[in-house]
Amino acid sequence: MNLNALRAFVVKERHHILRDRQTLTILLMMPLVQVILFGYALRSDVRDIRLAVVDPTPDHATIELESRFISTNRFRIVTTSKTPDVIEPLFRRGSADVALVFEPDFASHLRGADPARVLIAVDASDPNTGTTYLNYTRAIIASYQDELSVANRRVRIVTDTRMRFNPTLESVNLFVPGLIALVLVLVSALMTAISLSREKERGTLEVLLVSPLRPQEIIVGKVLPYLALAFANVLTALLAAWAVFHVPFRGSVALLLAESILYTIVSLALGVLVAARTSSQRAAMLTAMLVTMLPNALLSGMIFPVASMPAWLKPVTYIVPARWFIVIARGIMLKGVGLTILWQETLVLSFMALLLLAVAMRSFKPRME
Amino acid sequence: MSAANRVAVAVKTGAADGFAIDARELTRRFGSFVAVDHITFDIKAGEVFGFLGANGAGKTTAIKMLVGLLAPSEGAAHVAGFDIRTQRDQIRRNIGYMSQRFSLYGDLTVRENIRLYGGIYGLTPEQIAERTTTMLDTLGLSSNADDLVARLPLGWKQKLAFSVALVHQPKIVFLDEPTGGVDPITRRQFWELIYSAAARGTTVFVTTHYMDEAEYCDRISIMVDGKIAALGTPVELKEKFGADSVDDVFVRLARGSPKGAAA
Repeated sequence: MNLNALRAFVVKERHHILRDRQTLTILLMMPLVQVILFGYALRSDVRDIRLAVVDPTPDHATIELESRFISTNRFRIVTTSKTPDVIEPLFRRGSADVALVFEPDFASHLRGADPARVLIAVDASDPNTGTTYLNYTRAIIASYQDELSVANRRVRIVTDTRMRFNPTLESVNLFVPGLIALVLVLVSALMTAISLSREKERGTLEVLLVSPLRPQEIIVGKVLPYLALAFANVLTALLAAWAVFHVPFRGSVALLLAESILYTIVSLALGVLVAARTSSQRAAMLTAMLVTMLPNALLSGMIFPVASMPAWLKPVTYIVPARWFIVIARGIMLKGVGLTILWQETLVLSFMALLLLAVAMRSFKPRME
Repeated sequence: MSAANRVAVAVKTGAADGFAIDARELTRRFGSFVAVDHITFDIKAGEVFGFLGANGAGKTTAIKMLVGLLAPSEGAAHVAGFDIRTQRDQIRRNIGYMSQRFSLYGDLTVRENIRLYGGIYGLTPEQIAERTTTMLDTLGLSSNADDLVARLPLGWKQKLAFSVALVHQPKIVFLDEPTGGVDPITRRQFWELIYSAAARGTTVFVTTHYMDEAEYCDRISIMVDGKIAALGTPVELKEKFGADSVDDVFVRLARGSPKGAAA
């Protein structure tokens, strides 16, 4: 590669990006706005939670707990029953959100050596809301337990949890990795596709192709500045998630950034490919949306868990880069795992990057027209 | 300066000896449509060669083959002594190209555009600085060096685009309808730039459909339906066809074509 020529080209790209203030502002603010919007949308304050109580032997402890639920003004008891068989129909009809099932003689267990047991069943057909229900319920029980403990000795209430309709426990935290995937695809694939097809539309690409610059140098020159922009976006998204929503970060930041670069390369290559195959900016933009944004948002597990997709759709998710990146990002951020666990996903992304880059460069051969 | 003198200058400055461009039976098909149909011509170094034809006659397709944007279906051609099929890299370093569409970047300044193309063509920063100064002086753009190109009037943009296409001092420059949409005075100035480039030994290959511009060329060819229907100096062609102007020659040739008659 001719480094001087490449540098001249990258400088030009930098000017394009920096001078288009409006687009740049949007691109830089996007992760911030999205983290905040998604964050609040997903954490929507849940009120009027319909509670079903199963209490075989009502005593002072269970009644006290029930009243605590009511006094939060979030819970409303829709039914109290002595037998658990009422719960299933309630959930099926969607008339209850949470069921609290006390074991018999709850109060006496509280005083005894064995822990007192209560089962929390949650309607988690919407996993995020379900998590919120669960957290509220646990908090109330925990505070009751703490108060009793302070008085004399340690009281143990063991909660057992059932997430109904969606046993995989999704948490609010899960959205940040997905969001990074979405923002990266937006910045890299969409913007590269637009910027490259603009050159095509305006005829400047023709002049570049006649110059000694090789097609691969044009692609690298196009892609490098967006890689930097994408990098800034990852950092913004992480900072916003940490500062506003206290999303934990358990793993290696460096590893996540490296994986982000890999994923960005995949997205950039997709953008180049889209630009190569479309003939106008508008077509490039719409195609990029269609082939990158939508699948990456809908088929990646970001919003809808892959596990709950119909069987025929699951294999389709394998070709969606974000699906792999989200597993990686969640693993690093939330579980704190490293490459020893995530090497397969990383390998898939690396393979995708190589394949797409090769195809993108091929489709950019000047003689193809 | 006469054409003969310019050729002499070209030889002295060491432009490719023999022909700057030669094409033999060059052909390009798109499916069953023959866009360029076995064209053959030679262009001497330092010549201003007018490549004329109605819209759709195949001019742009021919140029694209010569500059390496399109592979020929048949035939052969050499540009600056290099084979257009196998030596595209060498060709690229030796030619300048100004496409039909405006090829500078509007969101870069005049200076940045020059630096970009200088850089792409492998000039050193010193060479770029020196040529930028000369170019801006020649064009009278020194005080606009840091203006965005988008803000320049069209005529200035075209002249700048031409000079930028020459920034690496190529042996041959291809101009695809460089004066489209430009006022007569600017066209005149543009041709002065073309002449001074030719005087420095640059071979100029220019397409146009302004027939008055054809009179400025050393030699012209007229393409009709993918074939070269006439080739020679403007004077020769006018004599041969008994016409008063190149415009007349053109109309007579084009009328023979089904497409030309419809146009």
